[in-house]
Amino acid sequence: MMEPQHGDRPHLPGPSLYPIGFAAGIACILVGLIVNPKVIAPIGAVIAIVFGFLWARDATKEYRAVPEPIEPERHEPLQDAQALPANLGEPAMPESEPGERFPRSRFLEASTLGLGAVIGGLVTVPVVGFMVVPAFEGQGYPNVDLGPLDNFPEGKWLITTFYMHPEAGTVSRRTAYIRNNGQLNGEPSFTIISNRCAHLGCPVQPNGPEQPDQKKVVQGVKGQRITLVPTIPAGGFGCPCHGGQYDPEGNRTAGPPVRSLDRYEYSIVNGRLVLGKPYSVAHVEGEGKDAKIHAYKLAGPGQHVDGWEQILYPIQPPH
Amino acid sequence: MAVAPTRTRKSARRQKLEAAIIYPLDWLEERSGLVGGLRYFLFRKVPGDTNWFHTLGSATLTAFLVQAITGVILAMYYQPDPNSAYQSINHITNDLTLGWLVRGMHKWGASVFIILLFFHMARVFLFGAYKYPRELNWIVGVLLLVSGMLEGFTGYLLPWDQTAYWATVVGINLNGTAPILGPFLADFLRGGAEIGGDTLSRFYSLHMLLIPGLIFALIGLHLYLVVRLGVTSPPWSREAAGGLGPDDDYEPARTNGRSGLTQPTARSAWRRNGGNA
Repeated sequence: MMEPQHGDRPHLPGPSLYPIGFAAGIACILVGLIVNPKVIAPIGAVIAIVFGFLWARDATKEYRAVPEPIEPERHEPLQDAQALPANLGEPAMPESEPGERFPRSRFLEASTLGLGAVIGGLVTVPVVGFMVVPAFEGQGYPNVDLGPLDNFPEGKWLITTFYMHPEAGTVSRRTAYIRNNGQLNGEPSFTIISNRCAHLGCPVQPNGPEQPDQKKVVQGVKGQRITLVPTIPAGGFGCPCHGGQYDPEGNRTAGPPVRSLDRYEYSIVNGRLVLGKPYSVAHVEGEGKDAKIHAYKLAGPGQHVDGWEQILYPIQPPH
Repeated sequence: MAVAPTRTRKSARRQKLEAAIIYPLDWLEERSGLVGGLRYFLFRKVPGDTNWFHTLGSATLTAFLVQAITGVILAMYYQPDPNSAYQSINHITNDLTLGWLVRGMHKWGASVFIILLFFHMARVFLFGAYKYPRELNWIVGVLLLVSGMLEGFTGYLLPWDQTAYWATVVGINLNGTAPILGPFLADFLRGGAEIGGDTLSRFYSLHMLLIPGLIFALIGLHLYLVVRLGVTSPPWSREAAGGLGPDDDYEPARTNGRSGLTQPTARSAWRRNGGNA
Protein backbone atom coordinates (compact mmCIF):
# COMPACT_ATOMS: atom_id res chain seq x y z
CA MET A 1 0.00 0.00 0.00
CA MET A 2 2.73 2.47 0.88
CA GLU A 3 4.65 4.10 -1.91
CA PRO A 4 8.37 4.23 -1.40
CA GLN A 5 9.44 7.46 0.25
CA HIS A 6 11.86 9.51 -1.76
CA GLY A 7 12.59 13.19 -2.05
CA ASP A 8 10.13 15.54 -0.39
CA ARG A 9 7.09 13.69 -1.55
CA PRO A 10 4.36 14.12 1.08
CA HIS A 11 3.85 11.21 3.38
CA LEU A 12 0.38 10.09 2.35
CA PRO A 13 -1.22 6.70 2.59
CA GLY A 14 -1.85 5.03 -0.73
CA PRO A 15 -5.34 4.54 -2.08
CA SER A 16 -7.39 1.90 -0.33
CA LEU A 17 -10.74 0.28 -1.01
CA TYR A 18 -11.44 -0.46 2.64
CA PRO A 19 -12.98 2.95 3.57
CA ILE A 20 -15.27 2.68 0.55
CA GLY A 21 -16.41 -0.76 1.64
CA PHE A 22 -16.91 0.57 5.18
CA ALA A 23 -19.02 3.46 3.88
CA ALA A 24 -21.04 1.06 1.75
CA GLY A 25 -21.70 -1.03 4.86
CA ILE A 26 -22.89 2.02 6.81
CA ALA A 27 -25.14 3.02 3.91
CA CYS A 28 -26.49 -0.53 3.85
CA ILE A 29 -27.29 -0.30 7.58
CA LEU A 30 -29.16 2.99 7.13
CA VAL A 31 -31.14 1.75 4.16
CA GLY A 32 -31.78 -1.55 5.91
CA LEU A 33 -33.15 0.21 9.02
CA ILE A 34 -35.90 1.62 6.83
CA VAL A 35 -36.43 -1.21 4.36
CA ASN A 36 -35.84 -4.34 6.37
CA PRO A 37 -34.28 -3.95 9.83
CA LYS A 38 -34.04 -7.68 10.46
CA VAL A 39 -32.17 -8.82 7.36
CA ILE A 40 -30.57 -5.99 5.42
CA ALA A 41 -29.38 -3.93 8.39
CA PRO A 42 -27.38 -6.83 9.95
CA ILE A 43 -25.83 -7.57 6.53
CA GLY A 44 -24.74 -3.94 6.38
CA ALA A 45 -23.39 -4.21 9.92
CA VAL A 46 -21.32 -7.25 8.98
CA ILE A 47 -19.95 -5.48 5.89
CA ALA A 48 -19.12 -2.39 7.95
CA ILE A 49 -17.41 -4.42 10.69
CA VAL A 50 -15.35 -6.49 8.24
CA PHE A 51 -14.21 -3.52 6.20
CA GLY A 52 -13.73 -1.40 9.33
CA PHE A 53 -11.45 -4.09 10.72
CA LEU A 54 -9.50 -4.36 7.46
CA TRP A 55 -9.24 -0.59 7.25
CA ALA A 56 -8.01 -0.26 10.83
CA ARG A 57 -5.51 -3.08 10.26
CA ASP A 58 -4.26 -1.43 7.09
CA ALA A 59 -4.03 2.01 8.65
CA THR A 60 -2.07 0.81 11.68
CA LYS A 61 0.26 -1.43 9.71
CA GLU A 62 3.20 0.88 10.22
CA TYR A 63 2.67 1.17 13.95
CA ARG A 64 2.40 -2.55 14.40
CA ALA A 65 5.39 -3.40 12.24
CA VAL A 66 8.51 -4.50 14.07
CA PRO A 67 10.72 -1.41 14.21
CA GLU A 68 13.87 -1.64 12.18
CA PRO A 69 16.87 -1.86 14.42
CA ILE A 70 18.73 1.42 14.49
CA GLU A 71 22.41 1.61 15.22
CA PRO A 72 22.86 3.25 18.61
CA GLU A 73 24.61 6.58 18.27
CA ARG A 74 28.20 6.40 19.41
CA HIS A 75 29.97 9.34 20.93
CA GLU A 76 33.64 9.14 20.13
CA PRO A 77 35.36 10.63 23.13
CA LEU A 78 37.40 13.66 22.17
CA GLN A 79 41.09 13.14 22.37
CA ASP A 80 41.97 15.92 24.79
CA ALA A 81 38.72 16.09 26.66
CA GLN A 82 38.95 16.09 30.39
CA ALA A 83 36.26 14.44 32.41
CA LEU A 84 34.01 17.18 33.77
CA PRO A 85 33.16 17.23 37.45
CA ALA A 86 29.63 16.06 38.03
CA ASN A 87 28.38 19.46 39.27
CA LEU A 88 29.47 21.18 36.02
CA GLY A 89 28.20 18.73 33.50
CA GLU A 90 24.77 18.86 31.95
CA PRO A 91 22.09 16.99 33.85
CA ALA A 92 21.62 13.53 32.55
CA MET A 93 18.49 13.36 30.36
CA PRO A 94 17.10 9.98 29.59
CA GLU A 95 17.25 9.69 25.81
CA SER A 96 14.17 8.20 24.22
CA GLU A 97 14.77 4.62 23.34
CA PRO A 98 15.86 4.17 19.74
CA GLY A 99 13.01 2.88 17.65
CA GLU A 100 10.32 3.89 20.12
CA ARG A 101 7.41 4.94 17.90
CA PHE A 102 4.60 5.30 20.40
CA PRO A 103 5.68 6.97 23.60
CA ARG A 104 3.82 6.51 26.84
CA SER A 105 2.40 10.05 26.89
CA ARG A 106 0.84 9.61 23.47
CA PHE A 107 -0.64 6.32 24.58
CA LEU A 108 -2.18 8.00 27.61
CA GLU A 109 -3.56 10.87 25.48
CA ALA A 110 -5.11 8.48 23.02
CA SER A 111 -6.56 6.26 25.72
CA THR A 112 -8.05 9.25 27.57
CA LEU A 113 -9.69 10.56 24.43
CA GLY A 114 -10.79 7.10 23.37
CA LEU A 115 -12.24 6.29 26.78
CA GLY A 116 -14.07 9.62 26.76
CA ALA A 117 -15.50 8.86 23.34
CA VAL A 118 -16.61 5.41 24.47
CA ILE A 119 -18.32 6.82 27.58
CA GLY A 120 -19.92 9.60 25.53
CA GLY A 121 -21.21 7.08 23.01
CA LEU A 122 -22.52 4.75 25.71
CA VAL A 123 -24.52 7.64 27.15
CA THR A 124 -25.58 9.33 23.92
CA VAL A 125 -26.82 6.36 21.93
CA PRO A 126 -29.50 5.17 24.39
CA VAL A 127 -30.52 8.73 25.29
CA VAL A 128 -31.00 9.82 21.68
CA GLY A 129 -32.70 6.51 20.91
CA PHE A 130 -35.07 7.05 23.83
CA MET A 131 -35.80 10.55 22.56
CA VAL A 132 -36.46 9.57 18.95
CA VAL A 133 -37.60 5.95 18.65
CA PRO A 134 -40.77 5.90 20.83
CA ALA A 135 -42.31 8.50 18.51
CA PHE A 136 -42.27 5.88 15.74
CA GLU A 137 -43.20 2.77 17.72
CA GLY A 138 -46.67 1.37 18.27
CA GLN A 139 -48.25 4.20 16.31
CA GLY A 140 -51.50 2.90 14.98
CA TYR A 141 -55.19 3.62 14.73
CA PRO A 142 -57.45 1.36 16.78
CA ASN A 143 -60.83 0.27 15.54
CA VAL A 144 -63.58 2.42 17.02
CA ASP A 145 -67.08 1.04 17.48
CA LEU A 146 -69.46 3.83 16.41
CA GLY A 147 -72.65 2.07 17.49
CA PRO A 148 -75.58 0.38 15.68
CA LEU A 149 -76.27 1.09 12.02
CA ASP A 150 -79.73 2.39 12.98
CA ASN A 151 -78.05 5.58 14.19
CA PHE A 152 -76.98 6.36 10.62
CA PRO A 153 -80.12 6.96 8.53
CA GLU A 154 -79.63 6.56 4.81
CA GLY A 155 -78.61 9.65 2.84
CA LYS A 156 -77.99 11.81 5.93
CA TRP A 157 -74.68 13.39 6.92
CA LEU A 158 -73.72 13.09 10.58
CA ILE A 159 -70.99 15.02 12.36
CA THR A 160 -69.60 12.11 14.33
CA THR A 161 -67.34 12.83 17.28
CA PHE A 162 -65.55 10.02 19.08
CA TYR A 163 -62.46 9.27 21.15
CA MET A 164 -59.58 7.58 19.35
CA HIS A 165 -58.11 6.57 22.74
CA PRO A 166 -60.82 7.00 25.39
CA GLU A 167 -58.28 6.53 28.19
CA ALA A 168 -56.27 9.55 26.92
CA GLY A 169 -59.24 11.89 27.34
CA THR A 170 -60.22 14.96 25.38
CA VAL A 171 -56.93 15.22 23.54
CA SER A 172 -57.82 12.13 21.51
CA ARG A 173 -61.25 13.40 20.40
CA ARG A 174 -61.69 13.17 16.61
CA THR A 175 -64.42 14.12 14.19
CA ALA A 176 -65.56 12.41 11.00
CA TYR A 177 -68.36 13.27 8.59
CA ILE A 178 -70.35 10.10 7.95
CA ARG A 179 -73.06 9.44 5.39
CA ASN A 180 -74.93 6.19 4.91
CA ASN A 181 -75.04 5.63 1.14
CA GLY A 182 -77.53 2.76 1.26
CA GLN A 183 -76.94 -0.76 0.01
CA LEU A 184 -74.18 -1.63 -2.41
CA ASN A 185 -74.03 -5.30 -3.53
CA GLY A 186 -76.05 -6.29 -0.47
CA GLU A 187 -73.72 -4.50 1.96
CA PRO A 188 -74.28 -1.10 3.56
CA SER A 189 -72.05 1.56 2.01
CA PHE A 190 -70.66 4.52 3.94
CA THR A 191 -68.77 7.69 3.10
CA ILE A 192 -66.55 8.52 6.09
CA ILE A 193 -64.54 11.69 5.65
CA SER A 194 -61.95 12.88 8.16
CA ASN A 195 -62.26 16.50 9.26
CA ARG A 196 -58.47 16.96 9.09
CA CYS A 197 -57.79 19.54 6.40
CA ALA A 198 -55.40 18.34 3.69
CA HIS A 199 -53.60 21.68 3.83
CA LEU A 200 -52.16 21.86 7.36
CA GLY A 201 -54.53 19.85 9.51
CA CYS A 202 -57.09 22.32 10.85
CA PRO A 203 -60.65 20.98 11.40
CA VAL A 204 -62.83 21.50 8.32
CA GLN A 205 -66.43 22.54 8.92
CA PRO A 206 -69.55 21.66 6.90
CA ASN A 207 -70.69 24.41 4.55
CA GLY A 208 -74.35 24.18 5.46
CA PRO A 209 -76.68 24.12 8.45
CA GLU A 210 -76.09 21.90 11.46
CA GLN A 211 -78.99 20.53 13.45
CA PRO A 212 -77.80 20.40 17.06
CA ASP A 213 -81.35 19.92 18.32
CA GLN A 214 -81.24 16.40 16.82
CA LYS A 215 -77.97 15.59 18.56
CA LYS A 216 -77.63 12.00 19.71
CA VAL A 217 -75.13 10.71 22.26
CA VAL A 218 -74.07 7.06 22.31
CA GLN A 219 -72.20 5.74 25.36
CA GLY A 220 -69.68 3.09 24.45
CA VAL A 221 -67.41 0.85 26.43
CA LYS A 222 -64.29 2.08 28.30
CA GLY A 223 -65.43 5.70 28.41
CA GLN A 224 -66.11 5.86 24.68
CA ARG A 225 -68.68 8.55 23.98
CA ILE A 226 -69.96 9.17 20.47
CA THR A 227 -71.96 12.25 19.53
CA LEU A 228 -73.92 12.42 16.29
CA VAL A 229 -75.15 15.79 14.98
CA PRO A 230 -76.97 15.87 11.62
CA THR A 231 -75.78 18.41 9.08
CA ILE A 232 -76.49 19.32 5.46
CA PRO A 233 -73.12 20.15 3.89
CA ALA A 234 -74.67 21.24 0.61
CA GLY A 235 -71.63 23.41 -0.08
CA GLY A 236 -69.18 20.71 0.93
CA PHE A 237 -66.60 21.48 3.60
CA GLY A 238 -64.45 24.52 4.35
CA CYS A 239 -61.42 25.09 6.55
CA PRO A 240 -61.46 28.08 8.92
CA CYS A 241 -57.66 28.44 9.05
CA HIS A 242 -56.55 29.21 5.50
CA GLY A 243 -59.74 28.91 3.47
CA GLY A 244 -59.38 25.49 1.82
CA GLN A 245 -62.68 24.38 0.22
CA TYR A 246 -63.93 20.88 -0.59
CA ASP A 247 -67.01 19.46 -2.25
CA PRO A 248 -69.24 16.98 -0.33
CA GLU A 249 -67.06 14.07 -1.52
CA GLY A 250 -63.99 15.79 -0.10
CA ASN A 251 -62.46 16.85 -3.41
CA ARG A 252 -60.56 20.10 -3.22
CA THR A 253 -62.41 22.89 -5.00
CA ALA A 254 -60.43 25.96 -3.90
CA GLY A 255 -57.67 27.14 -1.64
CA PRO A 256 -54.30 25.72 -0.59
CA PRO A 257 -54.99 21.99 0.08
CA VAL A 258 -52.88 19.64 -2.03
CA ARG A 259 -55.32 16.72 -2.21
CA SER A 260 -58.77 15.56 -1.14
CA LEU A 261 -59.87 15.05 2.45
CA ASP A 262 -58.68 11.82 4.12
CA ARG A 263 -61.18 9.02 4.67
CA TYR A 264 -61.56 6.16 7.14
CA GLU A 265 -61.81 2.47 6.39
CA TYR A 266 -64.86 0.86 7.99
CA SER A 267 -66.45 -2.49 8.59
CA ILE A 268 -69.82 -3.74 9.72
CA VAL A 269 -69.59 -6.05 12.74
CA ASN A 270 -72.78 -7.53 14.19
CA GLY A 271 -74.87 -4.71 12.80
CA ARG A 272 -72.58 -2.03 14.18
CA LEU A 273 -70.43 0.45 12.27
CA VAL A 274 -66.74 0.05 13.16
CA LEU A 275 -64.23 2.69 12.12
CA GLY A 276 -60.86 1.45 10.82
CA LYS A 277 -57.64 3.14 9.79
CA PRO A 278 -57.60 6.49 8.04
CA TYR A 279 -56.12 6.72 4.55
CA SER A 280 -55.30 9.53 2.16
CA VAL A 281 -57.18 10.30 -1.02
CA ALA A 282 -55.83 11.98 -4.14
CA HIS A 283 -59.27 12.58 -5.60
CA VAL A 284 -62.68 10.98 -5.89
CA GLU A 285 -64.64 10.34 -9.08
CA GLY A 286 -68.39 9.97 -8.82
CA GLU A 287 -70.24 10.26 -5.56
CA GLY A 288 -71.97 8.32 -2.87
CA LYS A 289 -71.81 4.55 -3.11
CA ASP A 290 -70.62 4.77 -6.75
CA ALA A 291 -67.62 6.88 -5.83
CA LYS A 292 -64.28 5.74 -7.20
CA ILE A 293 -61.69 6.66 -4.59
CA HIS A 294 -58.03 7.08 -5.53
CA ALA A 295 -56.70 5.91 -2.17
CA TYR A 296 -53.16 6.07 -0.82
CA LYS A 297 -51.39 5.24 2.42
CA LEU A 298 -52.08 7.86 5.08
CA ALA A 299 -49.90 10.94 4.56
CA GLY A 300 -49.61 14.07 6.65
CA PRO A 301 -51.48 17.22 5.70
CA GLY A 302 -49.81 19.23 2.96
CA GLN A 303 -48.05 16.18 1.52
CA HIS A 304 -48.77 15.21 -2.07
CA VAL A 305 -49.76 11.59 -2.67
CA ASP A 306 -49.94 11.74 -6.46
CA GLY A 307 -48.48 13.79 -9.30
CA TRP A 308 -44.76 14.44 -9.64
CA GLU A 309 -44.67 16.04 -6.18
CA GLN A 310 -45.11 12.61 -4.56
CA ILE A 311 -41.36 12.02 -5.04
CA LEU A 312 -40.88 14.57 -2.24
CA TYR A 313 -42.45 12.16 0.24
CA PRO A 314 -41.12 8.72 -0.69
CA ILE A 315 -41.35 7.15 2.77
CA GLN A 316 -43.98 7.60 5.44
CA PRO A 317 -43.30 6.76 9.10
CA PRO A 318 -44.97 3.53 10.24
CA HIS A 319 -48.54 4.25 11.24
CA MET B 1 7.44 74.11 59.07
CA ALA B 2 4.39 72.30 60.12
CA VAL B 3 2.79 70.36 57.44
CA ALA B 4 -0.92 70.92 57.28
CA PRO B 5 -2.86 67.68 57.20
CA THR B 6 -3.88 67.15 53.61
CA ARG B 7 -7.51 67.07 52.77
CA THR B 8 -7.19 63.84 50.92
CA ARG B 9 -6.07 61.97 53.97
CA LYS B 10 -8.65 59.47 54.91
CA SER B 11 -9.95 59.05 58.37
CA ALA B 12 -9.11 55.89 60.25
CA ARG B 13 -12.72 54.88 60.15
CA ARG B 14 -12.87 55.24 56.38
CA GLN B 15 -9.66 53.29 55.94
CA LYS B 16 -11.07 50.46 58.01
CA LEU B 17 -14.22 50.50 55.98
CA GLU B 18 -12.34 50.36 52.69
CA ALA B 19 -10.15 47.57 53.95
CA ALA B 20 -13.24 45.64 55.00
CA ILE B 21 -14.66 45.98 51.52
CA ILE B 22 -11.46 45.34 49.62
CA TYR B 23 -10.29 42.38 51.67
CA PRO B 24 -12.88 39.88 50.40
CA LEU B 25 -12.44 41.16 46.85
CA ASP B 26 -8.67 40.68 47.11
CA TRP B 27 -9.25 37.24 48.59
CA LEU B 28 -11.43 36.31 45.62
CA GLU B 29 -9.11 37.87 43.05
CA GLU B 30 -6.04 36.11 44.42
CA ARG B 31 -7.73 32.74 44.26
CA SER B 32 -9.73 33.04 41.05
CA GLY B 33 -8.86 36.11 39.00
CA LEU B 34 -12.60 36.69 38.68
CA VAL B 35 -12.49 40.35 39.80
CA GLY B 36 -9.88 41.19 37.20
CA GLY B 37 -11.79 39.23 34.60
CA LEU B 38 -14.97 41.13 35.35
CA ARG B 39 -13.08 44.45 35.24
CA TYR B 40 -11.58 43.45 31.90
CA PHE B 41 -15.02 42.61 30.59
CA LEU B 42 -16.77 45.72 31.87
CA PHE B 43 -14.06 48.33 31.31
CA ARG B 44 -12.64 47.15 28.01
CA LYS B 45 -11.93 49.65 25.25
CA VAL B 46 -14.72 50.44 22.85
CA PRO B 47 -14.76 52.96 20.00
CA GLY B 48 -15.33 56.51 21.16
CA ASP B 49 -18.30 57.02 18.88
CA THR B 50 -20.48 54.08 19.84
CA ASN B 51 -24.11 55.09 20.12
CA TRP B 52 -27.46 53.90 21.34
CA PHE B 53 -27.76 51.37 18.52
CA HIS B 54 -24.91 49.47 20.13
CA THR B 55 -27.10 48.78 23.18
CA LEU B 56 -29.52 46.55 21.26
CA GLY B 57 -27.47 43.43 21.92
CA SER B 58 -27.45 44.05 25.67
CA ALA B 59 -31.16 44.80 25.50
CA THR B 60 -31.77 41.44 23.82
CA LEU B 61 -29.67 39.73 26.47
CA THR B 62 -31.70 41.45 29.18
CA ALA B 63 -34.95 40.35 27.53
CA PHE B 64 -33.68 36.78 27.45
CA LEU B 65 -32.69 36.89 31.13
CA VAL B 66 -36.18 38.16 31.98
CA GLN B 67 -37.62 35.21 30.04
CA ALA B 68 -35.32 32.78 31.85
CA ILE B 69 -36.17 34.09 35.31
CA THR B 70 -39.94 34.41 34.81
CA GLY B 71 -39.94 31.01 33.09
CA VAL B 72 -38.26 29.32 36.04
CA ILE B 73 -40.86 30.79 38.40
CA LEU B 74 -43.76 29.83 36.11
CA ALA B 75 -42.43 26.26 36.00
CA MET B 76 -43.04 26.07 39.77
CA TYR B 77 -46.81 26.28 39.19
CA TYR B 78 -47.34 24.99 35.64
CA GLN B 79 -48.35 21.35 35.08
CA PRO B 80 -47.47 19.92 31.66
CA ASP B 81 -50.30 17.39 31.62
CA PRO B 82 -53.05 17.48 28.98
CA ASN B 83 -55.78 17.27 31.59
CA SER B 84 -54.44 19.99 33.90
CA ALA B 85 -52.20 22.30 31.85
CA TYR B 86 -54.96 24.76 30.98
CA GLN B 87 -56.28 24.76 34.55
CA SER B 88 -52.82 25.41 35.95
CA ILE B 89 -52.38 28.36 33.58
CA ASN B 90 -55.76 29.67 34.75
CA HIS B 91 -54.65 29.18 38.35
CA ILE B 92 -51.43 31.10 37.72
CA THR B 93 -53.23 33.96 35.99
CA ASN B 94 -56.29 34.35 38.21
CA ASP B 95 -55.58 32.94 41.65
CA LEU B 96 -51.91 33.23 42.56
CA THR B 97 -50.50 36.50 43.89
CA LEU B 98 -48.78 38.41 41.07
CA GLY B 99 -49.15 35.37 38.83
CA TRP B 100 -50.85 37.52 36.20
CA LEU B 101 -47.81 39.80 36.20
CA VAL B 102 -45.13 37.13 35.92
CA ARG B 103 -47.05 35.27 33.23
CA GLY B 104 -47.67 38.55 31.42
CA MET B 105 -43.96 39.37 31.56
CA HIS B 106 -43.15 35.96 30.09
CA LYS B 107 -45.83 36.16 27.41
CA TRP B 108 -45.14 39.72 26.25
CA GLY B 109 -41.43 39.43 26.96
CA ALA B 110 -41.29 36.64 24.39
CA SER B 111 -42.34 39.09 21.68
CA VAL B 112 -39.98 41.74 23.05
CA PHE B 113 -37.11 39.26 22.89
CA ILE B 114 -37.78 38.33 19.26
CA ILE B 115 -38.31 41.96 18.20
CA LEU B 116 -35.07 43.04 19.88
CA LEU B 117 -33.27 40.12 18.23
CA PHE B 118 -34.34 41.44 14.84
CA PHE B 119 -33.42 45.04 15.71
CA HIS B 120 -30.01 43.88 16.90
CA MET B 121 -29.54 41.87 13.72
CA ALA B 122 -30.57 44.88 11.62
CA ARG B 123 -28.03 47.06 13.44
CA VAL B 124 -25.25 44.56 12.86
CA PHE B 125 -26.20 44.24 9.20
CA LEU B 126 -26.55 47.95 8.48
CA PHE B 127 -23.33 48.82 10.33
CA GLY B 128 -21.48 46.14 8.39
CA ALA B 129 -20.42 44.66 11.71
CA TYR B 130 -20.74 41.13 10.37
CA LYS B 131 -17.65 41.53 8.16
CA TYR B 132 -14.18 40.16 8.75
CA PRO B 133 -13.20 39.12 11.38
CA ARG B 134 -16.70 38.84 12.88
CA GLU B 135 -18.34 36.43 10.43
CA LEU B 136 -18.38 33.64 12.99
CA ASN B 137 -20.23 35.85 15.46
CA TRP B 138 -22.89 36.50 12.82
CA ILE B 139 -23.29 32.75 12.39
CA VAL B 140 -23.60 32.26 16.16
CA GLY B 141 -26.17 35.06 16.12
CA VAL B 142 -28.18 33.29 13.43
CA LEU B 143 -28.17 30.12 15.55
CA LEU B 144 -29.40 32.23 18.47
CA LEU B 145 -32.19 33.61 16.27
CA VAL B 146 -33.26 30.09 15.27
CA SER B 147 -33.14 28.94 18.90
CA GLY B 148 -35.24 31.93 19.90
CA MET B 149 -37.82 31.08 17.25
CA LEU B 150 -37.88 27.47 18.48
CA GLU B 151 -38.54 28.79 21.99
CA GLY B 152 -41.48 30.72 20.59
CA PHE B 153 -42.84 27.68 18.76
CA THR B 154 -42.51 25.28 21.71
CA GLY B 155 -43.75 27.82 24.26
CA TYR B 156 -46.87 28.64 22.27
CA LEU B 157 -48.34 25.17 22.90
CA LEU B 158 -47.98 25.28 26.68
CA PRO B 159 -51.17 27.25 27.56
CA TRP B 160 -52.98 24.27 25.96
CA ASP B 161 -55.98 26.27 24.81
CA GLN B 162 -57.61 26.18 21.38
CA THR B 163 -55.21 28.74 19.89
CA ALA B 164 -52.20 26.88 21.25
CA TYR B 165 -53.44 23.49 20.08
CA TRP B 166 -54.37 24.44 16.53
CA ALA B 167 -51.39 26.71 16.01
CA THR B 168 -49.17 23.77 16.97
CA VAL B 169 -51.12 21.41 14.69
CA VAL B 170 -50.47 23.79 11.81
CA GLY B 171 -46.84 24.38 12.83
CA ILE B 172 -46.01 20.68 13.08
CA ASN B 173 -47.80 19.85 9.81
CA LEU B 174 -45.88 22.68 8.18
CA ASN B 175 -42.67 20.92 9.25
CA GLY B 176 -44.19 17.72 7.91
CA THR B 177 -44.27 19.13 4.37
CA ALA B 178 -40.46 19.34 4.21
CA PRO B 179 -39.20 16.98 1.50
CA ILE B 180 -38.12 13.41 2.36
CA LEU B 181 -37.62 13.78 6.12
CA GLY B 182 -40.61 16.05 6.78
CA PRO B 183 -43.04 13.28 7.77
CA PHE B 184 -40.45 11.91 10.22
CA LEU B 185 -39.71 15.36 11.63
CA ALA B 186 -43.43 15.88 12.25
CA ASP B 187 -43.74 12.53 14.05
CA PHE B 188 -40.65 13.32 16.12
CA LEU B 189 -42.08 16.70 17.16
CA ARG B 190 -45.45 15.17 18.04
CA GLY B 191 -43.89 12.22 19.81
CA GLY B 192 -46.15 10.03 17.69
CA ALA B 193 -48.65 10.05 14.86
CA GLU B 194 -51.11 12.31 16.66
CA ILE B 195 -50.82 15.25 19.06
CA GLY B 196 -51.32 14.10 22.62
CA GLY B 197 -49.92 14.21 26.12
CA ASP B 198 -46.48 13.24 24.87
CA THR B 199 -46.43 16.29 22.61
CA LEU B 200 -47.13 18.62 25.50
CA SER B 201 -44.47 17.22 27.84
CA ARG B 202 -42.00 17.00 24.96
CA PHE B 203 -42.52 20.64 24.03
CA TYR B 204 -42.29 21.59 27.71
CA SER B 205 -38.94 19.83 28.05
CA LEU B 206 -37.59 21.39 24.85
CA HIS B 207 -38.90 24.79 25.87
CA MET B 208 -37.51 24.95 29.38
CA LEU B 209 -34.44 22.69 29.35
CA LEU B 210 -32.90 21.85 25.99
CA ILE B 211 -33.25 25.08 24.00
CA PRO B 212 -32.54 27.49 26.90
CA GLY B 213 -29.37 25.53 27.67
CA LEU B 214 -28.38 25.85 24.03
CA ILE B 215 -29.14 29.58 24.08
CA PHE B 216 -27.06 30.14 27.23
CA ALA B 217 -24.12 28.33 25.64
CA LEU B 218 -24.45 30.27 22.38
CA ILE B 219 -24.71 33.59 24.26
CA GLY B 220 -21.49 32.72 26.08
CA LEU B 221 -19.75 32.10 22.77
CA HIS B 222 -21.31 35.25 21.28
CA LEU B 223 -20.05 37.44 24.14
CA TYR B 224 -16.63 35.81 24.11
CA LEU B 225 -16.27 36.75 20.45
CA VAL B 226 -17.54 40.28 21.10
CA VAL B 227 -14.90 40.80 23.79
CA ARG B 228 -12.15 39.16 21.76
CA LEU B 229 -12.85 41.00 18.51
CA GLY B 230 -14.02 44.33 19.94
CA VAL B 231 -16.99 46.51 19.09
CA THR B 232 -17.33 47.95 15.58
CA SER B 233 -17.46 51.68 15.04
CA PRO B 234 -20.45 53.07 13.20
CA PRO B 235 -19.92 53.21 9.43
CA TRP B 236 -19.65 57.00 9.48
CA SER B 237 -16.84 56.91 12.03
CA ARG B 238 -13.47 58.42 11.11
CA GLU B 239 -11.61 56.43 13.70
CA ALA B 240 -10.52 52.86 13.62
CA ALA B 241 -12.45 50.83 16.10
CA GLY B 242 -10.69 50.16 19.35
CA GLY B 243 -8.94 53.51 19.42
CA LEU B 244 -10.02 56.45 21.52
CA GLY B 245 -8.84 59.48 19.56
CA PRO B 246 -5.66 61.38 18.77
CA ASP B 247 -5.40 63.08 22.17
CA ASP B 248 -6.01 60.06 24.29
CA ASP B 249 -3.14 57.82 25.07
CA TYR B 250 -4.03 55.04 22.76
CA GLU B 251 -3.54 51.54 23.96
CA PRO B 252 -3.99 48.90 21.35
CA ALA B 253 -6.81 46.65 22.38
CA ARG B 254 -5.94 43.06 23.11
CA THR B 255 -7.18 42.06 19.72
CA ASN B 256 -3.94 42.51 17.79
CA GLY B 257 -5.53 45.51 16.12
CA ARG B 258 -8.01 43.32 14.32
CA SER B 259 -11.04 45.14 15.68
CA GLY B 260 -10.82 48.05 13.26
CA LEU B 261 -10.76 46.16 10.04
CA THR B 262 -14.27 47.04 8.97
CA GLN B 263 -13.23 50.69 8.88
CA PRO B 264 -12.29 52.08 5.47
CA THR B 265 -8.96 53.58 6.59
CA ALA B 266 -7.89 50.60 8.57
CA ARG B 267 -9.05 48.31 5.87
CA SER B 268 -6.99 50.02 3.17
CA ALA B 269 -3.93 49.89 5.43
CA TRP B 270 -4.63 46.23 5.91
CA ARG B 271 -4.78 45.76 2.14
CA ARG B 272 -1.52 47.67 1.63
CA ASN B 273 0.14 45.27 3.97
CA GLY B 274 -0.99 42.42 1.84
CA GLY B 275 -3.56 41.20 4.32
CA ASN B 276 -1.27 41.27 7.33
CA ALA B 277 -2.87 43.48 9.93
